[in-house]
Amino acid sequence: MTTAEARETLETLETPSRRFEWAALTGIWYRELTLYKRYWMPSTFAAIVEPVLYLLAFGFGLGSLVGVIGGYRYIDFLGTGIVAMSVLFVSAFTALFATFVRRTFQHSYEAILAAPVDVHEVVTAEASWIAVRAGVYGCAPLVVALLFGLTPSWGMLAVPFIGVVTGMGFALWGIWMSSIVPSINTMDYVISGVITPLFLVAGTFFPLSQLPAWLRSLAVVNPLYHTVELVRHAATGWRPLADLGHFGALLLFAVLAWLVAVAYMKKRLID
Amino acid sequence: MAVTGVGEPKRQGAAAEREGGPAAISLRDVVKVYDTTTAVDGLDLEVPVGVCLGLLGPNGAGKSTTMRMLTAQTRATSGAIEVLGLPIPARAKRARALMGVVPQEDNLDEELSARENLEVFARLYRVPRGERAAAVRRALELAQLVDRQDVRADKLSGGMRRRLLIARGLVHGPRLVLLDEPTVGLDPQVRQELWSLIARLRDEGVTVLMSTHYIEEAERLADEVAIMSGGRVVARGVPADLIAEHAGERAVEHLTAPAARAEIERLAAEHGVPTRRTGPALSLLHAEKLPAELRARLDGAAVHRASTLEDVFVLLTGEDVG
Repeated sequence: MTTAEARETLETLETPSRRFEWAALTGIWYRELTLYKRYWMPSTFAAIVEPVLYLLAFGFGLGSLVGVIGGYRYIDFLGTGIVAMSVLFVSAFTALFATFVRRTFQHSYEAILAAPVDVHEVVTAEASWIAVRAGVYGCAPLVVALLFGLTPSWGMLAVPFIGVVTGMGFALWGIWMSSIVPSINTMDYVISGVITPLFLVAGTFFPLSQLPAWLRSLAVVNPLYHTVELVRHAATGWRPLADLGHFGALLLFAVLAWLVAVAYMKKRLID
Repeated sequence: MAVTGVGEPKRQGAAAEREGGPAAISLRDVVKVYDTTTAVDGLDLEVPVGVCLGLLGPNGAGKSTTMRMLTAQTRATSGAIEVLGLPIPARAKRARALMGVVPQEDNLDEELSARENLEVFARLYRVPRGERAAAVRRALELAQLVDRQDVRADKLSGGMRRRLLIARGLVHGPRLVLLDEPTVGLDPQVRQELWSLIARLRDEGVTVLMSTHYIEEAERLADEVAIMSGGRVVARGVPADLIAEHAGERAVEHLTAPAARAEIERLAAEHGVPTRRTGPALSLLHAEKLPAELRARLDGAAVHRASTLEDVFVLLTGEDVG
Protein backbone atom coordinates (compact mmCIF):
# COMPACT_ATOMS: atom_id res chain seq x y z
CA MET A 1 0.00 0.00 0.00
CA THR A 2 2.77 2.40 -0.79
CA THR A 3 2.10 3.15 -4.44
CA ALA A 4 0.21 6.33 -3.70
CA GLU A 5 2.80 7.49 -1.20
CA ALA A 6 5.69 6.91 -3.55
CA ARG A 7 3.93 8.74 -6.31
CA GLU A 8 3.25 11.72 -4.16
CA THR A 9 6.92 12.54 -3.84
CA LEU A 10 7.27 12.51 -7.60
CA GLU A 11 4.42 14.84 -8.29
CA THR A 12 4.60 18.55 -7.96
CA LEU A 13 2.78 19.93 -4.99
CA GLU A 14 0.50 22.29 -6.85
CA THR A 15 -2.39 20.89 -8.82
CA PRO A 16 -4.69 23.78 -9.66
CA SER A 17 -8.13 22.45 -10.42
CA ARG A 18 -8.44 24.40 -13.67
CA ARG A 19 -5.64 22.46 -15.23
CA PHE A 20 -6.08 19.75 -17.80
CA GLU A 21 -4.30 16.60 -16.89
CA TRP A 22 -3.37 14.38 -19.76
CA ALA A 23 -3.75 11.29 -17.59
CA ALA A 24 -7.36 12.20 -16.80
CA LEU A 25 -8.18 12.56 -20.49
CA THR A 26 -6.39 9.39 -21.56
CA GLY A 27 -8.03 7.50 -18.70
CA ILE A 28 -11.49 8.44 -19.98
CA TRP A 29 -10.52 7.78 -23.59
CA TYR A 30 -9.26 4.36 -22.53
CA ARG A 31 -12.60 3.67 -20.89
CA GLU A 32 -14.41 4.76 -24.05
CA LEU A 33 -12.20 2.64 -26.23
CA THR A 34 -12.78 -0.40 -24.02
CA LEU A 35 -16.53 0.18 -24.13
CA TYR A 36 -16.37 0.78 -27.87
CA LYS A 37 -14.96 -2.71 -28.37
CA ARG A 38 -18.32 -3.92 -27.10
CA TYR A 39 -20.61 -1.85 -29.29
CA TRP A 40 -18.60 -0.85 -32.35
CA MET A 41 -20.59 -3.06 -34.68
CA PRO A 42 -24.09 -1.69 -34.22
CA SER A 43 -22.90 1.89 -33.93
CA THR A 44 -20.77 1.59 -37.07
CA PHE A 45 -23.67 -0.03 -38.88
CA ALA A 46 -26.02 2.83 -37.98
CA ALA A 47 -23.47 5.53 -38.71
CA ILE A 48 -22.67 4.19 -42.16
CA VAL A 49 -25.87 2.64 -43.40
CA GLU A 50 -28.13 5.58 -42.63
CA PRO A 51 -26.32 8.28 -44.61
CA VAL A 52 -25.70 5.82 -47.41
CA LEU A 53 -29.43 5.14 -47.64
CA TYR A 54 -30.10 8.87 -47.81
CA LEU A 55 -27.49 9.16 -50.49
CA LEU A 56 -28.98 6.35 -52.56
CA ALA A 57 -32.58 7.43 -52.10
CA PHE A 58 -32.00 11.08 -52.93
CA GLY A 59 -29.37 10.27 -55.50
CA PHE A 60 -31.64 7.99 -57.47
CA GLY A 61 -34.91 9.66 -56.57
CA LEU A 62 -33.97 13.27 -57.12
CA GLY A 63 -30.69 12.98 -58.95
CA SER A 64 -32.42 11.65 -62.03
CA LEU A 65 -34.71 14.68 -62.04
CA VAL A 66 -32.17 17.30 -61.12
CA GLY A 67 -29.01 17.57 -63.15
CA VAL A 68 -27.32 20.60 -61.69
CA ILE A 69 -28.12 22.32 -58.44
CA GLY A 70 -26.62 25.52 -57.06
CA GLY A 71 -23.85 25.27 -59.62
CA TYR A 72 -22.94 21.69 -58.60
CA ARG A 73 -23.73 18.34 -60.08
CA TYR A 74 -26.38 16.85 -57.84
CA ILE A 75 -24.19 13.93 -56.74
CA ASP A 76 -21.48 16.41 -55.67
CA PHE A 77 -23.98 18.58 -53.90
CA LEU A 78 -25.71 15.73 -52.12
CA GLY A 79 -22.60 13.70 -51.28
CA THR A 80 -20.99 16.61 -49.49
CA GLY A 81 -24.23 17.65 -47.79
CA ILE A 82 -24.76 14.20 -46.38
CA VAL A 83 -21.26 14.15 -44.92
CA ALA A 84 -22.27 17.11 -42.76
CA MET A 85 -25.56 15.49 -41.82
CA SER A 86 -23.79 12.31 -40.84
CA VAL A 87 -21.31 14.20 -38.64
CA LEU A 88 -24.21 16.00 -36.96
CA PHE A 89 -26.14 12.80 -36.31
CA VAL A 90 -23.24 10.85 -34.90
CA SER A 91 -22.01 13.61 -32.63
CA ALA A 92 -25.27 15.14 -31.42
CA PHE A 93 -27.21 11.90 -30.88
CA THR A 94 -24.35 10.11 -29.19
CA ALA A 95 -23.66 13.02 -26.88
CA LEU A 96 -27.32 13.49 -26.10
CA PHE A 97 -28.14 9.89 -25.24
CA ALA A 98 -24.87 8.43 -24.00
CA THR A 99 -24.12 11.34 -21.71
CA PHE A 100 -27.62 11.33 -20.32
CA VAL A 101 -27.66 7.59 -19.68
CA ARG A 102 -24.25 7.62 -18.07
CA ARG A 103 -25.07 10.51 -15.83
CA THR A 104 -28.54 9.54 -14.70
CA PHE A 105 -28.84 5.75 -15.00
CA GLN A 106 -25.31 4.38 -14.78
CA HIS A 107 -23.82 7.06 -12.53
CA SER A 108 -20.54 6.60 -14.34
CA TYR A 109 -19.52 10.23 -13.93
CA GLU A 110 -20.14 9.99 -10.23
CA ALA A 111 -17.54 7.22 -10.09
CA ILE A 112 -15.08 9.05 -12.32
CA LEU A 113 -15.35 12.28 -10.34
CA ALA A 114 -14.48 10.43 -7.13
CA ALA A 115 -11.10 9.78 -8.81
CA PRO A 116 -8.72 12.65 -9.55
CA VAL A 117 -10.71 13.89 -12.54
CA ASP A 118 -12.64 17.16 -12.78
CA VAL A 119 -15.83 17.95 -14.66
CA HIS A 120 -14.11 19.97 -17.41
CA GLU A 121 -11.88 16.99 -18.11
CA VAL A 122 -14.82 14.58 -18.27
CA VAL A 123 -16.69 16.87 -20.68
CA THR A 124 -13.65 17.48 -22.86
CA ALA A 125 -12.64 13.83 -23.03
CA GLU A 126 -16.17 12.62 -23.79
CA ALA A 127 -16.75 15.29 -26.46
CA SER A 128 -13.41 14.74 -28.17
CA TRP A 129 -13.96 10.99 -28.28
CA ILE A 130 -17.34 11.52 -29.91
CA ALA A 131 -15.85 14.12 -32.27
CA VAL A 132 -13.25 11.70 -33.54
CA ARG A 133 -15.89 9.08 -34.18
CA ALA A 134 -18.01 11.64 -36.00
CA GLY A 135 -15.03 12.71 -38.11
CA VAL A 136 -14.29 9.14 -39.12
CA TYR A 137 -17.88 8.06 -39.70
CA GLY A 138 -18.56 11.26 -41.62
CA CYS A 139 -16.22 10.04 -44.35
CA ALA A 140 -18.41 7.03 -45.14
CA PRO A 141 -20.93 8.89 -47.33
CA LEU A 142 -18.04 10.63 -49.05
CA VAL A 143 -16.51 7.30 -49.98
CA VAL A 144 -19.86 6.05 -51.25
CA ALA A 145 -20.38 9.26 -53.23
CA LEU A 146 -16.96 8.72 -54.79
CA LEU A 147 -18.16 5.31 -55.96
CA PHE A 148 -21.18 7.03 -57.47
CA GLY A 149 -19.10 9.42 -59.44
CA LEU A 150 -18.02 12.25 -57.15
CA THR A 151 -14.71 13.52 -58.51
CA PRO A 152 -11.85 12.80 -56.10
CA SER A 153 -9.73 15.74 -54.96
CA TRP A 154 -6.90 16.40 -52.50
CA GLY A 155 -9.09 18.76 -50.53
CA MET A 156 -11.19 15.82 -49.46
CA LEU A 157 -8.40 14.81 -47.10
CA ALA A 158 -9.49 17.75 -44.97
CA VAL A 159 -12.98 16.29 -44.56
CA PRO A 160 -12.24 14.14 -41.47
CA PHE A 161 -10.67 17.16 -39.84
CA ILE A 162 -13.71 19.35 -40.62
CA GLY A 163 -15.80 16.50 -39.23
CA VAL A 164 -13.85 16.44 -35.96
CA VAL A 165 -14.19 20.18 -35.42
CA THR A 166 -17.90 20.08 -36.24
CA GLY A 167 -18.32 16.95 -34.15
CA MET A 168 -16.64 18.60 -31.19
CA GLY A 169 -19.10 21.49 -31.32
CA PHE A 170 -22.17 19.30 -31.66
CA ALA A 171 -20.97 16.78 -29.09
CA LEU A 172 -20.52 19.58 -26.57
CA TRP A 173 -23.85 21.00 -27.56
CA GLY A 174 -25.41 17.55 -27.06
CA ILE A 175 -23.79 17.20 -23.64
CA TRP A 176 -25.20 20.56 -22.72
CA MET A 177 -28.67 19.54 -23.89
CA SER A 178 -28.41 16.26 -21.98
CA SER A 179 -27.81 18.25 -18.83
CA ILE A 180 -30.95 20.31 -19.41
CA VAL A 181 -33.55 17.72 -20.37
CA PRO A 182 -35.39 16.35 -17.35
CA SER A 183 -35.98 12.90 -18.83
CA ILE A 184 -35.11 10.78 -21.81
CA ASN A 185 -38.56 11.42 -23.36
CA THR A 186 -38.08 15.18 -23.42
CA MET A 187 -35.21 14.64 -25.82
CA ASP A 188 -37.81 14.45 -28.56
CA TYR A 189 -38.17 18.21 -28.24
CA VAL A 190 -34.49 18.61 -28.85
CA ILE A 191 -34.41 16.17 -31.75
CA SER A 192 -37.49 17.38 -33.64
CA GLY A 193 -37.28 20.97 -32.50
CA VAL A 194 -33.59 21.61 -33.02
CA ILE A 195 -31.67 18.87 -34.78
CA THR A 196 -34.11 18.34 -37.66
CA PRO A 197 -34.37 22.05 -38.60
CA LEU A 198 -30.60 22.32 -38.24
CA PHE A 199 -29.91 19.72 -40.84
CA LEU A 200 -32.67 20.77 -43.19
CA VAL A 201 -31.74 24.44 -43.21
CA ALA A 202 -28.05 23.98 -43.87
CA GLY A 203 -27.93 23.42 -47.57
CA THR A 204 -27.67 19.66 -47.28
CA PHE A 205 -30.33 18.51 -49.75
CA PHE A 206 -31.12 21.75 -51.55
CA PRO A 207 -29.33 25.09 -51.84
CA LEU A 208 -30.23 27.78 -49.32
CA SER A 209 -30.94 30.14 -52.21
CA GLN A 210 -34.27 28.34 -52.56
CA LEU A 211 -35.30 29.60 -49.14
CA PRO A 212 -36.89 32.94 -48.26
CA ALA A 213 -34.42 35.62 -47.25
CA TRP A 214 -35.20 35.56 -43.51
CA LEU A 215 -34.58 31.83 -43.31
CA ARG A 216 -31.42 32.23 -45.30
CA SER A 217 -30.00 34.72 -42.88
CA LEU A 218 -30.86 32.39 -40.03
CA ALA A 219 -28.77 29.70 -41.66
CA VAL A 220 -25.65 31.77 -41.05
CA VAL A 221 -25.91 31.04 -37.33
CA ASN A 222 -26.41 27.35 -38.04
CA PRO A 223 -23.02 25.70 -37.46
CA LEU A 224 -23.96 22.90 -39.82
CA TYR A 225 -24.31 25.35 -42.70
CA HIS A 226 -20.64 26.21 -42.27
CA THR A 227 -19.75 22.53 -42.24
CA VAL A 228 -21.70 21.94 -45.43
CA GLU A 229 -19.94 24.81 -47.17
CA LEU A 230 -16.51 23.69 -45.98
CA VAL A 231 -17.02 20.08 -47.02
CA ARG A 232 -18.36 21.15 -50.39
CA HIS A 233 -15.43 23.44 -51.01
CA ALA A 234 -13.00 20.79 -49.79
CA ALA A 235 -14.35 18.44 -52.43
CA THR A 236 -14.75 20.87 -55.28
CA GLY A 237 -12.28 23.68 -54.69
CA TRP A 238 -11.44 25.96 -51.74
CA ARG A 239 -12.58 29.56 -51.48
CA PRO A 240 -9.94 30.67 -49.04
CA LEU A 241 -11.51 33.79 -47.56
CA ALA A 242 -15.01 32.38 -47.19
CA ASP A 243 -13.68 29.09 -45.90
CA LEU A 244 -11.61 30.79 -43.25
CA GLY A 245 -14.83 32.43 -42.08
CA HIS A 246 -16.68 29.10 -42.07
CA PHE A 247 -13.90 27.46 -40.12
CA GLY A 248 -13.81 30.34 -37.66
CA ALA A 249 -17.55 29.99 -37.13
CA LEU A 250 -17.16 26.28 -36.32
CA LEU A 251 -14.35 26.97 -33.88
CA LEU A 252 -16.39 29.67 -32.19
CA PHE A 253 -19.32 27.28 -31.91
CA ALA A 254 -17.12 24.63 -30.29
CA VAL A 255 -15.67 27.10 -27.79
CA LEU A 256 -19.08 28.47 -26.80
CA ALA A 257 -20.55 24.98 -26.55
CA TRP A 258 -17.62 23.91 -24.35
CA LEU A 259 -18.22 26.77 -21.96
CA VAL A 260 -21.93 26.06 -21.50
CA ALA A 261 -21.49 22.28 -21.44
CA VAL A 262 -18.89 22.47 -18.68
CA ALA A 263 -20.92 24.97 -16.68
CA TYR A 264 -24.13 22.93 -16.88
CA MET A 265 -22.50 19.59 -16.23
CA LYS A 266 -20.84 21.10 -13.16
CA LYS A 267 -24.24 22.16 -11.96
CA ARG A 268 -25.56 18.64 -12.49
CA LEU A 269 -22.67 16.67 -11.08
CA ILE A 270 -21.41 18.80 -8.22
CA ASP A 271 -23.94 19.96 -5.66
CA MET B 1 -19.29 -7.24 25.21
CA ALA B 2 -18.71 -10.35 23.21
CA VAL B 3 -17.66 -8.97 19.90
CA THR B 4 -15.80 -11.52 17.89
CA GLY B 5 -14.01 -9.60 15.19
CA VAL B 6 -13.99 -11.14 11.78
CA GLY B 7 -10.30 -10.62 11.26
CA GLU B 8 -7.67 -9.79 13.81
CA PRO B 9 -8.48 -8.38 17.22
CA LYS B 10 -9.10 -4.67 17.06
CA ARG B 11 -6.18 -2.37 17.48
CA GLN B 12 -7.20 0.09 20.05
CA GLY B 13 -4.73 2.86 20.47
CA ALA B 14 -3.46 2.31 16.98
CA ALA B 15 -4.24 5.92 16.35
CA ALA B 16 -1.91 7.11 19.03
CA GLU B 17 0.95 5.06 17.61
CA ARG B 18 0.63 6.58 14.18
CA GLU B 19 -0.03 10.11 15.18
CA GLY B 20 2.29 12.95 14.41
CA GLY B 21 1.06 14.38 11.10
CA PRO B 22 -2.30 15.96 10.41
CA ALA B 23 -5.49 13.95 10.81
CA ALA B 24 -6.54 11.91 7.81
CA ILE B 25 -9.88 13.70 7.78
CA SER B 26 -10.87 16.87 9.52
CA LEU B 27 -14.19 18.66 9.28
CA ARG B 28 -14.76 21.79 11.31
CA ASP B 29 -18.14 23.40 11.73
CA VAL B 30 -19.26 22.15 8.33
CA VAL B 31 -22.71 23.11 7.10
CA LYS B 32 -24.46 21.98 3.93
CA VAL B 33 -27.76 23.61 3.10
CA TYR B 34 -29.86 22.47 0.14
CA ASP B 35 -32.78 24.55 -1.09
CA THR B 36 -35.03 23.82 1.82
CA THR B 37 -33.17 21.34 4.00
CA THR B 38 -30.02 21.43 6.04
CA ALA B 39 -28.28 18.11 5.45
CA VAL B 40 -25.21 18.80 7.54
CA ASP B 41 -25.52 21.22 10.39
CA GLY B 42 -22.30 22.25 12.10
CA LEU B 43 -20.42 18.98 11.77
CA ASP B 44 -17.13 18.53 13.61
CA LEU B 45 -15.30 15.32 12.90
CA GLU B 46 -11.69 14.28 13.01
CA VAL B 47 -10.38 10.91 11.88
CA PRO B 48 -6.79 10.23 12.95
CA VAL B 49 -4.47 8.40 10.59
CA GLY B 50 -4.77 4.62 10.79
CA VAL B 51 -8.16 4.54 12.45
CA CYS B 52 -11.27 2.81 11.18
CA LEU B 53 -14.12 5.10 12.06
CA GLY B 54 -17.70 3.98 11.73
CA LEU B 55 -20.13 6.74 10.90
CA LEU B 56 -23.42 5.56 12.31
CA GLY B 57 -26.73 7.24 11.82
CA PRO B 58 -30.25 6.76 10.55
CA ASN B 59 -31.14 7.61 6.96
CA GLY B 60 -31.06 11.32 6.43
CA ALA B 61 -28.57 11.95 9.22
CA GLY B 62 -26.12 13.44 6.71
CA LYS B 63 -23.70 10.54 6.34
CA SER B 64 -23.66 10.38 2.56
CA THR B 65 -23.52 14.15 2.22
CA THR B 66 -20.51 14.13 4.52
CA MET B 67 -18.81 11.47 2.40
CA ARG B 68 -19.46 13.39 -0.80
CA MET B 69 -18.07 16.57 0.68
CA LEU B 70 -14.74 14.82 1.28
CA THR B 71 -14.31 14.28 -2.48
CA ALA B 72 -15.70 17.75 -3.25
CA GLN B 73 -18.57 16.22 -5.19
CA THR B 74 -20.72 18.11 -2.77
CA ARG B 75 -19.57 21.59 -1.79
CA ALA B 76 -20.02 22.68 1.81
CA THR B 77 -22.04 25.83 2.38
CA SER B 78 -19.60 26.82 5.13
CA GLY B 79 -16.92 25.35 7.36
CA ALA B 80 -13.44 23.94 6.79
CA ILE B 81 -12.59 20.50 5.41
CA GLU B 82 -9.19 18.88 5.12
CA VAL B 83 -8.33 15.46 3.77
CA LEU B 84 -4.80 14.16 4.38
CA GLY B 85 -3.81 17.72 5.19
CA LEU B 86 -5.16 19.09 1.90
CA PRO B 87 -7.86 21.76 1.95
CA ILE B 88 -11.11 20.75 0.23
CA PRO B 89 -12.30 21.75 -2.34
CA ALA B 90 -9.19 23.82 -3.24
CA ARG B 91 -6.94 20.75 -3.53
CA ALA B 92 -9.57 18.09 -3.83
CA LYS B 93 -8.12 16.59 -6.97
CA ARG B 94 -4.86 15.86 -5.22
CA ALA B 95 -6.71 14.46 -2.22
CA ARG B 96 -8.82 12.24 -4.47
CA ALA B 97 -5.65 10.74 -5.94
CA LEU B 98 -4.66 9.61 -2.46
CA MET B 99 -7.98 8.21 -1.33
CA GLY B 100 -10.26 5.48 -2.51
CA VAL B 101 -14.01 5.83 -2.65
CA VAL B 102 -16.52 3.01 -2.53
CA PRO B 103 -19.94 4.46 -3.26
CA GLN B 104 -23.19 3.23 -1.87
CA GLU B 105 -24.62 2.98 -5.34
CA ASP B 106 -23.16 0.36 -7.64
CA ASN B 107 -21.74 2.35 -10.54
CA LEU B 108 -19.52 -0.23 -12.16
CA ASP B 109 -19.32 -0.22 -15.94
CA GLU B 110 -21.73 -3.03 -16.61
CA GLU B 111 -20.54 -3.85 -20.11
CA LEU B 112 -16.93 -4.07 -19.04
CA SER B 113 -15.32 -7.13 -17.50
CA ALA B 114 -14.11 -7.13 -13.90
CA ARG B 115 -10.55 -6.63 -15.07
CA GLU B 116 -11.45 -3.84 -17.49
CA ASN B 117 -13.30 -2.00 -14.75
CA LEU B 118 -10.14 -2.10 -12.66
CA GLU B 119 -7.88 -1.17 -15.57
CA VAL B 120 -9.89 1.96 -16.29
CA PHE B 121 -9.65 3.12 -12.71
CA ALA B 122 -5.98 2.22 -12.40
CA ARG B 123 -5.48 4.80 -15.14
CA LEU B 124 -7.83 7.37 -13.69
CA TYR B 125 -6.05 6.97 -10.37
CA ARG B 126 -2.68 7.56 -12.06
CA VAL B 127 -1.12 4.21 -11.29
CA PRO B 128 2.14 4.42 -13.31
CA ARG B 129 2.12 2.38 -16.49
CA GLY B 130 4.68 -0.15 -15.27
CA GLU B 131 2.73 -0.88 -12.10
CA ARG B 132 -0.75 -1.09 -13.59
CA ALA B 133 -0.82 -4.79 -14.35
CA ALA B 134 0.35 -5.63 -10.84
CA ALA B 135 -2.14 -3.20 -9.29
CA VAL B 136 -5.03 -4.72 -11.23
CA ARG B 137 -3.88 -8.22 -10.33
CA ARG B 138 -3.70 -7.27 -6.64
CA ALA B 139 -7.17 -5.77 -6.76
CA LEU B 140 -8.57 -8.89 -8.45
CA GLU B 141 -7.04 -11.04 -5.73
CA LEU B 142 -8.46 -8.78 -3.06
CA ALA B 143 -11.89 -9.10 -4.64
CA GLN B 144 -11.37 -12.84 -5.11
CA LEU B 145 -12.26 -12.44 -8.75
CA VAL B 146 -9.09 -13.71 -10.38
CA ASP B 147 -10.89 -16.60 -12.03
CA ARG B 148 -13.76 -14.35 -13.10
CA GLN B 149 -11.73 -11.41 -14.33
CA ASP B 150 -13.09 -11.69 -17.85
CA VAL B 151 -16.73 -11.88 -16.85
CA ARG B 152 -18.76 -8.76 -17.59
CA ALA B 153 -19.78 -6.86 -14.47
CA ASP B 154 -23.48 -7.31 -15.18
CA LYS B 155 -23.02 -11.08 -15.14
CA LEU B 156 -21.46 -11.11 -11.67
CA SER B 157 -23.48 -11.85 -8.54
CA GLY B 158 -24.40 -9.07 -6.12
CA GLY B 159 -21.65 -10.01 -3.72
CA MET B 160 -19.02 -10.20 -6.44
CA ARG B 161 -20.04 -6.83 -7.80
CA ARG B 162 -19.76 -5.30 -4.38
CA ARG B 163 -16.29 -6.82 -3.91
CA LEU B 164 -15.31 -5.48 -7.31
CA LEU B 165 -16.63 -2.05 -6.37
CA ILE B 166 -14.48 -2.10 -3.22
CA ALA B 167 -11.44 -3.35 -5.12
CA ARG B 168 -11.90 -0.58 -7.67
CA GLY B 169 -11.55 1.99 -4.90
CA LEU B 170 -8.37 0.28 -3.70
CA VAL B 171 -6.63 -0.31 -7.01
CA HIS B 172 -4.14 2.52 -6.43
CA GLY B 173 -3.26 1.55 -2.86
CA PRO B 174 -4.87 4.56 -1.18
CA ARG B 175 -4.01 5.61 2.37
CA LEU B 176 -7.57 6.56 3.08
CA VAL B 177 -10.72 4.76 2.05
CA LEU B 178 -14.28 6.03 2.18
CA LEU B 179 -16.86 3.28 2.33
CA ASP B 180 -20.43 4.45 2.01
CA GLU B 181 -22.78 1.75 3.35
CA PRO B 182 -20.53 -1.05 2.09
CA THR B 183 -22.90 -3.95 2.78
CA VAL B 184 -26.32 -2.40 2.38
CA GLY B 185 -28.86 -4.80 0.92
CA LEU B 186 -26.61 -7.88 0.89
CA ASP B 187 -27.04 -11.40 2.27
CA PRO B 188 -25.49 -12.14 5.66
CA GLN B 189 -22.99 -14.48 4.00
CA VAL B 190 -21.86 -11.79 1.60
CA ARG B 191 -21.63 -9.28 4.41
CA GLN B 192 -19.28 -11.60 6.30
CA GLU B 193 -17.01 -11.75 3.29
CA LEU B 194 -16.93 -8.02 2.93
CA TRP B 195 -16.26 -7.58 6.61
CA SER B 196 -13.13 -9.68 6.39
CA LEU B 197 -12.07 -7.61 3.41
CA ILE B 198 -12.54 -4.38 5.35
CA ALA B 199 -10.89 -5.84 8.44
CA ARG B 200 -7.86 -6.66 6.33
CA LEU B 201 -7.61 -3.09 5.15
CA ARG B 202 -7.87 -1.84 8.68
CA ASP B 203 -5.15 -4.19 9.80
CA GLU B 204 -2.90 -2.92 7.04
CA GLY B 205 -3.11 0.51 8.60
CA VAL B 206 -5.30 2.14 5.97
CA THR B 207 -7.49 4.87 7.42
CA VAL B 208 -11.12 3.94 6.87
CA LEU B 209 -14.21 6.07 7.14
CA MET B 210 -17.21 3.82 6.84
CA SER B 211 -20.76 4.99 6.97
CA THR B 212 -23.34 2.43 7.91
CA HIS B 213 -26.66 2.07 9.56
CA TYR B 214 -25.91 -1.50 10.57
CA ILE B 215 -24.85 -1.30 14.16
CA GLU B 216 -23.30 -4.73 14.16
CA GLU B 217 -21.10 -3.73 11.26
CA ALA B 218 -19.77 -0.70 13.10
CA GLU B 219 -19.23 -2.72 16.27
CA ARG B 220 -17.25 -5.38 14.49
CA LEU B 221 -15.11 -3.26 12.27
CA ALA B 222 -14.70 0.19 13.72
CA ASP B 223 -12.05 1.24 16.20
CA GLU B 224 -14.29 4.14 17.01
CA VAL B 225 -17.77 5.17 16.03
CA ALA B 226 -19.32 8.58 15.56
CA ILE B 227 -23.07 8.67 15.83
CA MET B 228 -24.70 11.23 13.55
CA SER B 229 -28.13 12.69 13.90
CA GLY B 230 -29.64 15.76 12.30
CA GLY B 231 -26.47 16.60 10.41
CA ARG B 232 -24.02 16.55 13.28
CA VAL B 233 -22.07 14.14 15.46
CA VAL B 234 -23.94 13.52 18.70
CA ALA B 235 -21.53 11.01 20.22
CA ARG B 236 -18.08 9.72 19.44
CA GLY B 237 -15.89 7.07 20.94
CA VAL B 238 -14.92 3.43 21.25
CA PRO B 239 -18.13 1.35 21.11
CA ALA B 240 -17.60 -0.14 24.58
CA ASP B 241 -17.13 3.30 26.13
CA LEU B 242 -20.19 4.69 24.42
CA ILE B 243 -22.27 1.81 25.69
CA ALA B 244 -20.96 2.21 29.23
CA GLU B 245 -21.59 5.94 29.15
CA HIS B 246 -25.02 6.04 27.55
CA ALA B 247 -26.63 2.66 28.18
CA GLY B 248 -24.75 1.29 31.17
CA GLU B 249 -23.90 -2.33 31.73
CA ARG B 250 -27.24 -3.99 31.59
CA ALA B 251 -30.67 -3.51 30.14
CA VAL B 252 -33.98 -4.96 31.19
CA GLU B 253 -36.53 -5.55 28.50
CA HIS B 254 -40.23 -5.59 29.36
CA LEU B 255 -42.84 -6.94 27.01
CA THR B 256 -46.06 -5.44 28.31
CA ALA B 257 -49.26 -3.75 27.33
CA PRO B 258 -49.00 -0.12 26.26
CA ALA B 259 -50.58 1.15 29.48
CA ALA B 260 -48.09 -0.68 31.66
CA ARG B 261 -45.31 0.54 29.41
CA ALA B 262 -46.18 4.15 30.13
CA GLU B 263 -46.11 3.40 33.82
CA ILE B 264 -42.67 1.79 33.59
CA GLU B 265 -41.43 4.74 31.57
CA ARG B 266 -42.64 7.07 34.28
CA LEU B 267 -40.93 5.08 37.01
CA ALA B 268 -37.70 4.89 35.05
CA ALA B 269 -37.72 8.62 34.46
CA GLU B 270 -38.24 9.15 38.16
CA HIS B 271 -35.08 7.21 38.87
CA GLY B 272 -33.15 8.90 36.11
CA VAL B 273 -32.86 5.78 33.98
CA PRO B 274 -33.26 6.15 30.21
CA THR B 275 -35.63 3.88 28.33
CA ARG B 276 -36.06 2.89 24.74
CA ARG B 277 -38.69 1.01 22.86
CA THR B 278 -37.77 -2.11 20.98
CA GLY B 279 -40.80 -2.89 18.88
CA PRO B 280 -43.54 -3.76 21.34
CA ALA B 281 -41.08 -4.06 24.21
CA LEU B 282 -39.61 -1.41 26.45
CA SER B 283 -35.98 -1.52 27.54
CA LEU B 284 -34.66 0.12 30.68
CA LEU B 285 -31.02 1.02 30.21
CA HIS B 286 -28.48 1.44 33.00
CA ALA B 287 -30.52 -1.28 34.69
CA GLU B 288 -27.74 -1.84 37.20
CA LYS B 289 -28.51 1.57 38.64
CA LEU B 290 -32.09 0.72 39.48
CA PRO B 291 -32.78 0.28 43.18
CA ALA B 292 -33.30 -3.38 44.11
CA GLU B 293 -36.76 -2.66 45.37
CA LEU B 294 -37.90 -1.20 42.03
CA ARG B 295 -36.19 -3.93 40.09
CA ALA B 296 -38.11 -6.55 42.05
CA ARG B 297 -41.33 -4.70 41.44
CA LEU B 298 -40.84 -4.47 37.71
CA ASP B 299 -39.37 -7.86 37.24
CA GLY B 300 -42.48 -9.57 35.89
CA ALA B 301 -41.81 -10.90 32.41
CA ALA B 302 -38.56 -9.04 32.04
CA VAL B 303 -35.59 -10.23 30.03
CA HIS B 304 -32.16 -9.26 31.27
CA ARG B 305 -29.50 -8.58 28.72
CA ALA B 306 -26.27 -6.66 28.20
CA SER B 307 -26.61 -3.12 26.92
CA THR B 308 -25.71 -2.72 23.27
CA LEU B 309 -24.55 -0.11 20.83
CA GLU B 310 -28.01 -0.25 19.36
CA ASP B 311 -29.39 1.01 22.66
CA VAL B 312 -27.03 3.97 22.42
CA PHE B 313 -27.95 4.53 18.80
CA VAL B 314 -31.69 4.62 19.42
CA LEU B 315 -31.28 6.66 22.57
CA LEU B 316 -29.25 9.32 20.78
CA THR B 317 -30.85 9.42 17.36
CA GLY B 318 -34.45 9.09 18.46
CA GLU B 319 -37.01 6.35 18.16
CA ASP B 320 -38.87 7.91 15.28
CA VAL B 321 -36.89 8.31 12.16
CA GLY B 322 -38.72 10.82 10.05
